Amino acid sequence: MTRIELVRRPQHSALFSVLSPFIAVLITALIGGIMFAMLGKSPIGGLYAYFIEPLTEIWSIHELIIKATPLILIAVGLSVCFLSNNWNIGAEGQFIMGAIAGSVMPVLYPGITGPMVLPLMLVMGMAGGAAWATIPAFLKARFGTNEILSSLMLVYVAELFLDWLVRGPWRNPEGFNFPETRSFHADAILPEMLSASGRAHYGFVFAILAALIVWFMLSRTLKGYEIRVLGESPRAGRFAGFSAKRMVFFAFIVSGALAGLAGIIEVSGAIGQLRPAISPGYGFTAIIVAFLGRLNPLGIVAAGLILALSYLGGEAAQISLGVSDKVANVFQGVLLFSVLACDTLIRYRVRFVSPQPAAAPEAVR
Amino acid sequence: MSPDVIQAILLTVVTAATPLLIAAMGELVVERSGVLNLGVEGMMIIGAVTGFGAAQITGSPWAGVLAAIVCGALFSLPFAVLTLSLATNQVATGLSLTLLGLGVAGMIGEQFVGLPGVRLEAIAIPGLVDIPLIGRLLFGQDPIFYLSILLAVGVWWFIFRTRAGLTLRAVGDSHGSAHALGINVLRVRYLAVMFGGACAGLAGAHLSLVYIPQWVENMTAGRGWIALALVVFASWLPLRVVIGAYLFGAVTIAQFHAQAQGVAIPSQFLSALPYLATIVVLVLISSNRRMTMRNTPASLGKPFVPDR
Repeated sequence: MTRIELVRRPQHSALFSVLSPFIAVLITALIGGIMFAMLGKSPIGGLYAYFIEPLTEIWSIHELIIKATPLILIAVGLSVCFLSNNWNIGAEGQFIMGAIAGSVMPVLYPGITGPMVLPLMLVMGMAGGAAWATIPAFLKARFGTNEILSSLMLVYVAELFLDWLVRGPWRNPEGFNFPETRSFHADAILPEMLSASGRAHYGFVFAILAALIVWFMLSRTLKGYEIRVLGESPRAGRFAGFSAKRMVFFAFIVSGALAGLAGIIEVSGAIGQLRPAISPGYGFTAIIVAFLGRLNPLGIVAAGLILALSYLGGEAAQISLGVSDKVANVFQGVLLFSVLACDTLIRYRVRFVSPQPAAAPEAVR
Repeated sequence: MSPDVIQAILLTVVTAATPLLIAAMGELVVERSGVLNLGVEGMMIIGAVTGFGAAQITGSPWAGVLAAIVCGALFSLPFAVLTLSLATNQVATGLSLTLLGLGVAGMIGEQFVGLPGVRLEAIAIPGLVDIPLIGRLLFGQDPIFYLSILLAVGVWWFIFRTRAGLTLRAVGDSHGSAHALGINVLRVRYLAVMFGGACAGLAGAHLSLVYIPQWVENMTAGRGWIALALVVFASWLPLRVVIGAYLFGAVTIAQFHAQAQGVAIPSQFLSALPYLATIVVLVLISSNRRMTMRNTPASLGKPFVPDR
């Protein structure tokens, strides 16, 4: 059997650092084509429906931007976490708690209107997400509790909490018993950017701003250096006088706040009220976005648009080809696998070795 | 409470605990080899959907069990190739296995939604099953329960009483030394990961053939993650996995009974209990550093690239 052999490169390959996301997208398209063929559809037609058709109409590009907004916001925050070796995988829960905290004003105090309502909602959304993210951060810093599992468990708790709110105390009194809150009043709705051509709202501006700010922090400030050093070698970070514990809080609070902001932006911009389900798994898809963007906020903007395309393509293909919209989730999973596999090319040369009948005696190195 | 009622409650506890026990036992072997596979949830749901599908098509629940085991093991292969042969980050790769598994299972399972399932019937051992209080609990259970007990004993015996188990632990504790001794580190890890996949698949089959003989999307509902937490809780010891699994089964069932009794607490809060219990347990275990550190495989999560 052919074996795969890895030879460590003396330094990271600059070529593959740039190329690897593109190779990954190509591999995913190839696997996607095979999958369509197996489903009895034309591979070209399938890929066209997924990745080109949604770009041919202007309203659809608006939808793309709406879906990319939460993905970019969350993934930018996650890049800080992952770079500093903090595995926050509970962004979905922080998204939900941000949406809940941000909705306090329009749901509980619908009488309060005015231009200050929306900024207050956004701030409360960030606070809600950050507070939820502080729980796994505290448990990790204080007790050494595994943050992967604790942050993930809190996703289920947040989902159930939202479910209880919209079916119980926050249910719309005039809503005929539907499990949803009252619709937000006009001052609590994030305005649309170009309402003549589609629904895209100003949330996208926040996403771009967040990406730029975090990019600047990561690449141009001491804090960014601290994040990288602690992520790559906690020991070296300690010698430099950086505190790993404080970094845990910093990374979780930044990513929690951005996930919370994404949550309230989604509710205020795209949905207009709270419902039992407000996210098709944005918090998890954002993990893929973060890696596809190579944990670089600018790359994440591009990656967020690509993943948003896969959601739209899923809906389009369901209508035009009659394939399940679940195919989009498969695409996303395959994409992350390809990204991770291609990242190996940056650090290693990959050789395929066939077994030799008799190994020659190895020369003295 | 009459003995019959107590036995009925204990039975539901055991049924809720069995998939956790099986999946955690598989992951324990994987982690003992030094690999952290966060894809348990994904492999489990693949087992659930393929188990349901195979049983549905053939009409035989046993075909379902077999299909789930095989598909679980096969589905772990992409993770194995990436983390072992391509030395990718185990945390990220495991996560992507979970995401992929949930996606693939959702796609395959769409055709099964709403279909009546095939139940894997309990096997009653005549005579013994009529013993009050423990008869049905020990001698009137579904076959996967018996398998889970065999698995627990087998894993314990393998890890602590066989040479191959010693090799597994050596690889997990110091892959460099194991390599220097001539052990094929990657082969051991491939086998361990596939064993973990097979176990997760079997756990999934228990869900869709015994626990709720139906296909429901996302029916694993975080059980794969709880199984991962159980391994930490058990500090990598098989016997403690068994204890932990039954404790979690008890928490799950306690909240069901509380809901059925109409306790004046909203059902969502009760449903959140197993997840909150997981966090509490993780905190209790991790705050006791000495106990965790003693058994943690030293190479856990670290990629191994043999020098040539």
